[in-house]
Amino acid sequence: MTDHAPTNAPTHALILRNGQSAPVNDLPRIPFAHWRAQIDQSLSDGDRMSACFGAQVDGHIDLFAVIGRPQHNDFLLVRTQASNEFPSLAATHPQLHLFEREIAEQFGLVPIDHPWPKPVRFHASFTGKDAFGREAQTPPRVGHMPFYEVEGAEIHEVAVGPVHAGVIEPGHFRFQCHGETVLFLEISLGYQHRGLERLLLGGPHPASTHQIEALAGDTTIGHTATWCRVLEGLSDQPAPKRAAQIRAIALELERLANHTGDIGALAGDIGFLPTSSFMGRIRGDYLNLQAVLCGNRFGRALTHPFGVRFHDDDRRLAEVLKRLKALERDTLGAMDVFFDSPSAHARLEGTGPVTPLRAAQLGLVGMAARASGIDMDARRDFPAPDTAHWHPDIAVLTDAVGDVHDRARIRRLEIEASIQWLKTHLDAVVEGDTAVPAAPLAPERICVATTEGWRGEIVHAAITDDNGRLARYKIVDPSFHNWSGLALAMRGQQISDFPLCNKSFNLSYCGFDL
Amino acid sequence: MLKITLERIRQGHHTAPYPAQPPVLPALFRGRPYIDNARCPADCQSCVQSCPVGAISRGDNGLEIDLGRCLFCGDCARACPTEALDFSRDHQLAARTRDALIATETPPQALAALDAKMKRLFGRSLKLRQVSAGGCNACEADLNVLSTLSFDMARFGIQFVASPRHADGIVVTGPVSQNMRSALIDTWNAVPTPRLLIAAGACAIAGGPFAGSEQVLNGVGDLLPVDLYIPGCPPHPYTTLDGLLRLLGRIESRPR
Repeated sequence: MTDHAPTNAPTHALILRNGQSAPVNDLPRIPFAHWRAQIDQSLSDGDRMSACFGAQVDGHIDLFAVIGRPQHNDFLLVRTQASNEFPSLAATHPQLHLFEREIAEQFGLVPIDHPWPKPVRFHASFTGKDAFGREAQTPPRVGHMPFYEVEGAEIHEVAVGPVHAGVIEPGHFRFQCHGETVLFLEISLGYQHRGLERLLLGGPHPASTHQIEALAGDTTIGHTATWCRVLEGLSDQPAPKRAAQIRAIALELERLANHTGDIGALAGDIGFLPTSSFMGRIRGDYLNLQAVLCGNRFGRALTHPFGVRFHDDDRRLAEVLKRLKALERDTLGAMDVFFDSPSAHARLEGTGPVTPLRAAQLGLVGMAARASGIDMDARRDFPAPDTAHWHPDIAVLTDAVGDVHDRARIRRLEIEASIQWLKTHLDAVVEGDTAVPAAPLAPERICVATTEGWRGEIVHAAITDDNGRLARYKIVDPSFHNWSGLALAMRGQQISDFPLCNKSFNLSYCGFDL
Repeated sequence: MLKITLERIRQGHHTAPYPAQPPVLPALFRGRPYIDNARCPADCQSCVQSCPVGAISRGDNGLEIDLGRCLFCGDCARACPTEALDFSRDHQLAARTRDALIATETPPQALAALDAKMKRLFGRSLKLRQVSAGGCNACEADLNVLSTLSFDMARFGIQFVASPRHADGIVVTGPVSQNMRSALIDTWNAVPTPRLLIAAGACAIAGGPFAGSEQVLNGVGDLLPVDLYIPGCPPHPYTTLDGLLRLLGRIESRPR
């Protein structure tokens, strides 16, 4: 499917496969009404907005939409030029609501009639114009915005964070409650904002790859592999197939570490201590498997543009395989006692549901979307030529209701699928080099790459300037979409269910805040 | 219930016998760098130029690596043509002062424990509040893992607590984002004195890969007084545990 030439390539748009680049001038600026009409049609047809962002080009601000088309295994891109304001599409297509807020915050463009026009990360705009009527000169105060309020004699508000009770990243949560029942949850982030997209401008710089490794520390492989694919696409110098396959293996080890940790955390939250204790340790064992490959438990320094590091990897892959086989029984045993326990079922089932319709409207991605019955996975839907069909079976729940139990169940299925796949593929990596020489990025090109990280679809898009430097680098972490899912999951739930719902999504703060 | 009990027996006992026995670290683990100035060619700048975060300098005393900035990526060792610089598997990296984080050819001094009064207060019970201020969740995750049964930090009387008012100190991770500055200071001020501040990870010590971003403060050091620096990106759990136990005077020898 990946090598077919696009047969339905329209002249007003550009079609790119995962990791493919094209001259940015092949993507014409079209009138806003046409841009909007294409988005409207694509999203109504069931395609998804993978990324929608502004970029400063030739002194103007252009808006780029990257529409994922799983049926075609590719992305459709459209581009328009923006003026100071633009009519919002968020009311019709809720999956656009944060993209439009982000464009407003970064470039000072006002989305007219946006139902929820608030800052995303609370930083000064890139252009000096502020879309929210604040003083453009002073840095905005984080969390300073009108929160949604429910009024009534018996209504009370619970504010939590930014500093939470656990060893966890910061964010602010406001619950509007009637007794125990949560009527509404608003999540306000931005505390972790490190200015990442701006740091990458003019790059890649010496520290850029390391910044991407720390973009979301639990998704080091997912984001770094995506970054590498973008740079390799922009320079038309693909990494060797062996490197791509080792990255795919590391991606599944990362998935195993996080999924096992999450099931342990869910078990801990409901007081099911055996699985909590087992999984806490087993998660570390999977992190140690990543360290076998590269010396670092989070896969740092393994993946770099144009290849992977560390030689003698056959021996290391064999050691991972040996240790994985020993770990399999412990992992499955720890899950069996949890999922066979009626009391665990009773506590998880029906808690924090997100219906398939709501999940689709919000554009949820990854395992949270799959737990709501949406059959999507970038490993299958957007394969790159070097790793097409080189991934575990995609787990699908045919009877999903999108509750905490389903988000736990999908992890269990994915753990089983990843272990089975690794057992047959760790000793099946092709022979050959693990890296090719670095090549400069070609000037004035655009590239989109995606990876199914353990949380879900990671999308990076880049545009180079006339010197082959990064003129724009857009990052979409799965958490960008899925925080809205958590807010929705809490409606009508008891406030004491929040820790459980939160852990069932386990979203990244810094991946959202960038 | 029987099934759970059988599974419990089958899973076995996994708490590592640390510090009685040295930790098991992966073959590729990059710990304290090893420097041999005699092998370093006079006009070579390969390692200095290869460092993505400018942690290496070359002066009259030979090569110096700032472990506070170092990401332990290994680029310098790969760039070195003469094996004058490489990484050992020594996980003992924590230091009490910023200067003591500069690694040279000379082996480092052992980390000085707290004074007698502080040791009496915290030696057998240290409660810590963790504050992530732009941390990427790798430092946070490998602090969390200290509470699992593999490391079981609580057996030394060290625990993470939910409130700064119940804490003897805070562990800061992340480069300190502008947007967390005020919440971090508020949390610190809520900790009763005497108190400790521990900077964990390259970001908290010197900004890590984000040093220089106008959205971060390049670590916590300019904002608050630091009692213990724990290098790494992220620090290995054993590096953290070693630093904490030495601070409390619970490990004194320096096995090689």
